[in-house]
Amino acid sequence: MRPVGESAPRKDGPDKLCGAARYIDDHPIPGALFGVTVRSRSASGRIKGVRFDPSFPWAECVVADARDIPGKNAVHLLGDDQPLLADGVVRHAFEPVLLVGHPDRATAWRALENVTLEIEPIEPVLTMEDSVSRKRVIWGDDNVFKTITIKKGDAAAALAQAPVVVEGVYRVPHQEQAYIENQGMSAWFEEDGTLVVMGSLQCPYYVHKALQPIFALPAEKVRVIHAVTGGGFGGKEEYPNMLGGHAALLALKAKRPVKMIYDRTEDMQATTKRHPAVVRHRTGLTKDGRLLAQEIDILMDGGAYMTLSPVVLSRGILHATGPYECPNVSVLARSVATNTPPNGAFRGFGAPQTLFAAEMHWEKIASVLGKDPVDLRRRNAVKVGSVLATGQVLKESVSAGKVLETAVKRSNWTAARRAHARWNKDPGKPTWRGLGLSLVHHGAGFTGNGEVYLKSRAGLAIDRAGRVTVLAGSTEMGQGASSTLAQIAADALGVPYGSVSVERPDTARVPDSGPTVASRTTMVVGGLVRRAASDLRTALAKAAGRAPSGAPAFRRAARKLCGAASERRFLAEYERPAGLTFDDVNYVGDAYGSYGFAACAVELEVDRTTFEVRLLRVFTAQDVGKAVNPRVVEGQIAGGTVQGLGWALLEQCVYKDGALQNPRLTDYVIPTALDVPDIEVAIVEDPYSCGPFGAKGVGEMPMDPPGPAVAAAVFNATGLFLPTLPILPERIQEAADEEAARRALK
Amino acid sequence: MRGDAGSMTYLRPRDPEEALRLAGECPDALALAGGTDIMVAWNAGRLNGRSILDLSGLDDWRRVSTTRDGIDIGALVTHAQLIRHRELAAGWPLLAAACATVGGPQIQARGTLGGNIANASPAGDTFPALAVYEARVRVRSSRGGRELPFAEVFAGVKRTHLAPGELIVSVHLPRPPEPDRQLFRKVGTRAAQAISKAVAAGLLWTDSGGSVRELRFALGSMAPTVRRLRRAEEFLRGRRLDKGVVSEAARLLEEDVSPISDVRSTAAYRLRASQNILRGFLEGRLETP
Repeated sequence: MRPVGESAPRKDGPDKLCGAARYIDDHPIPGALFGVTVRSRSASGRIKGVRFDPSFPWAECVVADARDIPGKNAVHLLGDDQPLLADGVVRHAFEPVLLVGHPDRATAWRALENVTLEIEPIEPVLTMEDSVSRKRVIWGDDNVFKTITIKKGDAAAALAQAPVVVEGVYRVPHQEQAYIENQGMSAWFEEDGTLVVMGSLQCPYYVHKALQPIFALPAEKVRVIHAVTGGGFGGKEEYPNMLGGHAALLALKAKRPVKMIYDRTEDMQATTKRHPAVVRHRTGLTKDGRLLAQEIDILMDGGAYMTLSPVVLSRGILHATGPYECPNVSVLARSVATNTPPNGAFRGFGAPQTLFAAEMHWEKIASVLGKDPVDLRRRNAVKVGSVLATGQVLKESVSAGKVLETAVKRSNWTAARRAHARWNKDPGKPTWRGLGLSLVHHGAGFTGNGEVYLKSRAGLAIDRAGRVTVLAGSTEMGQGASSTLAQIAADALGVPYGSVSVERPDTARVPDSGPTVASRTTMVVGGLVRRAASDLRTALAKAAGRAPSGAPAFRRAARKLCGAASERRFLAEYERPAGLTFDDVNYVGDAYGSYGFAACAVELEVDRTTFEVRLLRVFTAQDVGKAVNPRVVEGQIAGGTVQGLGWALLEQCVYKDGALQNPRLTDYVIPTALDVPDIEVAIVEDPYSCGPFGAKGVGEMPMDPPGPAVAAAVFNATGLFLPTLPILPERIQEAADEEAARRALK
Repeated sequence: MRGDAGSMTYLRPRDPEEALRLAGECPDALALAGGTDIMVAWNAGRLNGRSILDLSGLDDWRRVSTTRDGIDIGALVTHAQLIRHRELAAGWPLLAAACATVGGPQIQARGTLGGNIANASPAGDTFPALAVYEARVRVRSSRGGRELPFAEVFAGVKRTHLAPGELIVSVHLPRPPEPDRQLFRKVGTRAAQAISKAVAAGLLWTDSGGSVRELRFALGSMAPTVRRLRRAEEFLRGRRLDKGVVSEAARLLEEDVSPISDVRSTAAYRLRASQNILRGFLEGRLETP
């Protein structure tokens, strides 16, 4: 059996099952202080002073503030606007101001109760609407982090002439990543002055790059090591830059190692969330439901600092039309500042927000036209040769129709909807039942020219004993990256999966493979590993005089290849597939090399007494090009679907004065095993010619379709059109009461 | 973990007498039964500097015994024990049903009935059932014992009328006549590990003509403490459950509760869901078998 396509056991599985895996807090760091963070309670204000309660043993503590930063006080990402520690001004609740280290963890936590920040409040801007209208300018000249437009044809003219125009406004909320392991980092300085940071993170080279200007250190004096990481979902894409900087700053001042581990409350209050968004659609159609024009306006809340907001917006706008072909498109997207904790990367990265709107809008269109929403999607879905809003021509691996038909068939669409209509007519039934469906696409890898700028490198090492190790900066955080890369290497080399190991991501030992984000690890990094494997295979054949066959021959060839060296490394660097171009100023061209496609059908019932929603069946068909490890892929799809169902039905960040009021998993409600049925997954494989073995992206797409499928199913069940997530029982009750009042008036 | 064990005093009595003596000597000590709520507070550092009186070694308070008059449940009996208890399930099924909705299996295995009462959360899942069964809570201190009707146990959110040094020893449920209809319903934030948005228990006895002999109906999470619907209960006595009467009872419900909007739900939803549950129960659509 060839390794690719096998459900090989995960490389990280045994250690995690046995409790042997060491997360950052499991690493004993001799002599380390425990660091905690003094944060602003206020959303906006001037720091007037700091009061230290004299009864607390401050002499035992190390305290660091912005003045202790040897380099630039900025957490470098797309911009330099976010300070590592607030200096004079705070711009969001829970913004870090001071760091305190103490050898005893409990004492360090208690320090927080003995220090008070005196902050003179400045009226905050807390909503996107207030930000856009410039109630107060809090960022740049106009509160706007980024504006992007996309134009195809003439949408305004087409709308003016369209026989049918349908409008809608859709809102989606914050979402917490809720990884099982909270954020945590350790830092120390080696005797030669090298700064070492180890912790829970997705992107070692992001941290590596961010720390250099803060500490005014050259690249070779910073080393970042990945500890076993308990989930990321995007939440550990950029925040570790901040926490790594904090731990390192305390370590610098204390001249001792420092460990900083957030608890759940601090993690939820202070770290990034999914960007909330408001999306407006105006759509022109023929009477039989063919798209003529789409006019879309997207507004996203970036929070107080830029972080990754421009690129989240970019992915958001590029998915805003949904997987449909329309001759005239005009999209305006803006990401704006508010005095709330910065929002950031989260699985799907802007696409779930705009796809929710696009898909729910089809439900509205269907009810206006009196047509079946599936038929409308069928009529407009992209196929090979379709032209997207950016002018990108889809040349291959376009499976929108296939995943849609699979979901229609497996959900028993027509018969189930008919049966539910009968059930709902009977007032004696305790529930209303409904079936909803959604169809999405998801671009794999970095947007536009992102992969070209990244210049990722990855590859393999082989030693004299013939042991092969994958060298990649891609991190394992539970998603199965290590086994997937090892399977690709083993398959390309023609060796058993068990004989390939994976190097721990450590900037001193692995090349920069780019961040572990954007559904790019299998497709992009896997592609580099495959190319390196192919180079290694050629080199082995050359060294041995012919291709080695069997383990002993492989070892002999390796010894010859290594010669006097203990190992040889084969690295490949990213090259853009031929024929792709993207203009990232005007948003014209090939936004992504390939797209995955997914459809999801959700069958649910709404309790007539309490408006509680119970999921009856969830089916999803997703095209990933090639499932390198089917079990891992199914796990990603099922897990992402559950995360999407949580966003749709349960999860709500409650804010007051810009501060999260429910920073606990007691009150921020994510689904338990009892809240979701078994997720039925059909993996579709429509290969992509430039992906390794045909693979496209996997990780993010499952997050996209559950939200609109749930809202469509609630609409089908109750007749209530709810364009805002989450669809809590409270929202259904409110809408039902309004509907009853409207009927009573008639 | 912000809990600082070094700052805390930990007391672990070996028998009830020692427990009562320590409770008297250290009236500020927080009694630990199952610890499921205490561990949350500990983790957040809210118990730093406090004393803990760990009762978990007192096996005498871990027993359930039935008599002809009723059932006695030791304060340290866990929810899991009650879920499995045959006689409780036969005579007081609403309490067994309530225990099965507390947290999840792990919480049910640790959490105790006495601890649940002493914790006095407005959202206590067992309280509506205890209220309609008209439980009596037996408390003791080193100076002696007394018995409180369940309706008189709670003073407010997280506060009871227990005097300093008093500990809950057991809960007595009198044996009710077989009801004609009964209901337990929890409206939580999700299917498990959920705190109640509203929680209801009801017992209904009717006469041969279909008129109400007695209704007992209680709601949790709808006021600072669990509430019996005294107005609706009085109104329904002797009446037939026709449409107008049921509507009036649902309207009267409002007069005995004062729901709030918080991070878990809204006042409007809590009220509407509770009214719908009461209606469904009175109309015979909602029942616990």
